[in-house]
Amino acid sequence: MLHRITEAARPSRRQFLKTGAVAGAGLVIGLHLPLRAAKSGASSGAAAATAGGDFAPNAFVRIAVDDSVTILAKHIEFGQGSHTGLATILAEELDAAWEQVRAEAAPANAEIYNNLHWGPSQGTGGSSSIANSYEQLRQAGAMARALLVEAAAKTWGVPAAEITVEKGQVRHAASGKSSGFGALVETAAGLPTPAEVKLKDPKDFTLIGSRVPRLDSPDKTRGKAMFTIDITLPGMLTAVVARPPLFGAKVKSVNAEAAKAVKGVTDVVEIPRGVAVVAEGFWAANKGREALEIAWDESGAETRGSDEIMAQYKELAKKPGQVARQDGDPAAGLAGAAKVLEATYEYPFLAHAPMEPLDCVVELKPDSCEVWTGSQLQTGDFATAVAISGLKPEQVQVHTLLAGGSFGRRATPDSDMVAEAVSIAKAIGGKAPVKVIWTREDDIQGGRYRPMYYHTIRAGLDADNKLVGWEHRIVGQSILKGTPFEEFLVKNGIDQTSVEGANNLPYAIPNVLIDLHTTDVEVPVLWWRAVGSTHTAYTVEAFLDEVAEAAGKDPVEFRLEMLKDHPRHAAVLKLAAEKAGWGKTLPEGKGIGIAVHESFNSFVAEAAEVTVDGDGGIKVDKVVCAVDCGRPVNPDVIKAQMEGGIGYGLGAILHDEITLEGGRVAQSNFHDYIPLRIEEMPEVEVHIVDSGEAPTGVGEPGTPPVGPAVANAVYNATGRRIRSLPFSRHDLTGT
Amino acid sequence: MVQFVLNGETRDVQAEADTPLLWVIREELGLTGTKFGCGMALCGACTVHLDGSPIRSCVTAVGDVEGASITTIEGVSAEGASKAAQAVQAAWESLDVVQCGYCQSGQIMSAVALLEENPKPSDEDIDAAMSGNVCRCATYVRIRAAIHQAAKTMEG
Ligand code: FES
Ligand code: FES
Repeated sequence: MLHRITEAARPSRRQFLKTGAVAGAGLVIGLHLPLRAAKSGASSGAAAATAGGDFAPNAFVRIAVDDSVTILAKHIEFGQGSHTGLATILAEELDAAWEQVRAEAAPANAEIYNNLHWGPSQGTGGSSSIANSYEQLRQAGAMARALLVEAAAKTWGVPAAEITVEKGQVRHAASGKSSGFGALVETAAGLPTPAEVKLKDPKDFTLIGSRVPRLDSPDKTRGKAMFTIDITLPGMLTAVVARPPLFGAKVKSVNAEAAKAVKGVTDVVEIPRGVAVVAEGFWAANKGREALEIAWDESGAETRGSDEIMAQYKELAKKPGQVARQDGDPAAGLAGAAKVLEATYEYPFLAHAPMEPLDCVVELKPDSCEVWTGSQLQTGDFATAVAISGLKPEQVQVHTLLAGGSFGRRATPDSDMVAEAVSIAKAIGGKAPVKVIWTREDDIQGGRYRPMYYHTIRAGLDADNKLVGWEHRIVGQSILKGTPFEEFLVKNGIDQTSVEGANNLPYAIPNVLIDLHTTDVEVPVLWWRAVGSTHTAYTVEAFLDEVAEAAGKDPVEFRLEMLKDHPRHAAVLKLAAEKAGWGKTLPEGKGIGIAVHESFNSFVAEAAEVTVDGDGGIKVDKVVCAVDCGRPVNPDVIKAQMEGGIGYGLGAILHDEITLEGGRVAQSNFHDYIPLRIEEMPEVEVHIVDSGEAPTGVGEPGTPPVGPAVANAVYNATGRRIRSLPFSRHDLTGT
Repeated sequence: MVQFVLNGETRDVQAEADTPLLWVIREELGLTGTKFGCGMALCGACTVHLDGSPIRSCVTAVGDVEGASITTIEGVSAEGASKAAQAVQAAWESLDVVQCGYCQSGQIMSAVALLEENPKPSDEDIDAAMSGNVCRCATYVRIRAAIHQAAKTMEG
């Protein structure tokens, strides 16, 4: 998500690395780092010692006298391995030993910890954490290293150039002197910041590209990791919120008598988003909520059912939409074709359902407001807390906690979790810290879904079975409309996130038209792991399989012929096909399918093998995945993200849909919004392309190809094309 | 008032008898390793052991565990934990099973209970024992591998 915030808005490499030089052996680059974290008030120009005696050469690292190296991570850790990845990059240039490295969430600060792909805003998304931090953290590590070396040179009275650093040990070979980092921090803290530093030649990397253990494994394996839901403050109360049963409905009147009578309930307060019940613990709050009597004003609410909405989308699709991409003469391309194929695709609303339900802790005092949450868009969350608390920015603090998943849900442009929590804290007069917990029902029924979409697509083959025309129409809601992101990502009425994945169609087809109808529906929608590509990749790659068949060509060959100008797509496609044994004969009831897709500048191909039994049950036996995400920083994390992305995408295409009946969400918990479980998880084999390109993201790109790969495999096994999701809508018995 | 044994220690709690054990453990007793995920015995995030068997603490009223022995993730992470617990956690770490980590206390409690009962589980045994534990990050490939690895460690 968010990855396309204009090239122009990227404060960009150029500005950032003053010399413009990015890679290569021993390059000298000008330092342009935020010098220190917001709270370490040392004067600029000199390296700094923090109050605790730690050495903070810049905003991204702290080195303590006990030799520990703490990386301040500007990106949230919600499973994707960002803390480990960011630490790897910095520790590499610092030449730290991995055992001495820890990671900690940086304080929210838009200037120091901005996402360099987004402009002056801190946040995580669009699989951008590693991509935007790579050069920045290399510099930060190299700078810290230079200061330690300088400190050693001064202490030992030897030339800095003769000093080496390896695995946390600073050495001067000629004199036999050596030291850990800790013993040098006092001296280093008094030194001026070097004007320039040397970055390593990538061939000398020892951490980047190798397997390093995840920093968060030990705590997460012992129940020690602290999530928002685990925070306890003295006197803290717990709140749950009764939200409107229909999107767009409002509170008309509340009878809170019975709720207030529940033992443990302390307050019932109305907030802009509903009615909050505050209590001494979750159970009392929840009981109190059950006892609430609320009359809702449903006059402005969405009352359509999802079938009705889909029917309207189908009507709309009959007319041309706004053009998102046009190559050649699309109408002529199809008119002159020897064979024209067409298909339609339907995609449901999807909930993210991160494992940790949404939550936020707020402590509001007359002159301060502290927020603890799994903040994915810190800058927005911070601004929301400032606005609602009515305090000055310097009185507000946002602490980014580990989050139990997000998949996009915690990156809400209007900061719903924070807004509610601060509103509640304010409504109870700040008398106690308050933790707001969403139940699973609140989460599943709370909106912010991947939008519903309807696609129509037509393709024309000429007499030589070459694709000469392609018309792809998309109908659905805009995720960005009405949000602060609109101005960056909605161009000429086209929300880039609605068409991404279709718009960047890599295949060489002379005549192409992609158009879009943006619809108005009162259901709040949001990015969902891989955003537009969650539907566009399915349409493109499943339909292409049909076209290849009509052309009498092998699906891999057919694609490769049209990917001559896209070597990275072609390479992963070939690799996945080869490793999956493409072309092998499969027994009855089994099928294989393949898909390739680029998202967030990473290229992923997946080949899926499925078994469809006589009862129509689909089992995905194996997925072979090939990924090119530039230089692999943490190969094992990349592998894990491919596994996870595949499982997440697979669960959605097999089972998941949020449906509305008269505007009411029909699903509520994991019995009817069905998560993938262990017995459904395929074996996953991941092959990472060895690349020297700049690293790109892996949190999302593993998800899009799995749907079409499985769809194509199911066709291969059964002869049935699945064109509306989820698969559970279709009865494959006896196929 | 209800009395039960938590991680080897006798505890008296004040919570109403109908309060789910999950919230008593987390809020009254302050052990937050056990997680809330669904509240309906659908996800396994709240799995603890009752007299050695895995149960979903979100649907177990505290009044029903009077006199029982409850073990949480903190219990299996403590010194002197069972061989199975140690093997499972070591395997989890060495394979870096976790992603967001939120489901993992529950996964580990289920895996430990499985290996204590069946030290050499097949893939089908693993499916049966672990099916109630959802991982939205889909770490299932590694969960399976880690259970097999832990079983091997226990053998030798
Ligand atoms: S929280 Fe108990 S099973 Fe989900
Ligand atoms: S590790 Fe995130 S839900 Fe399992």
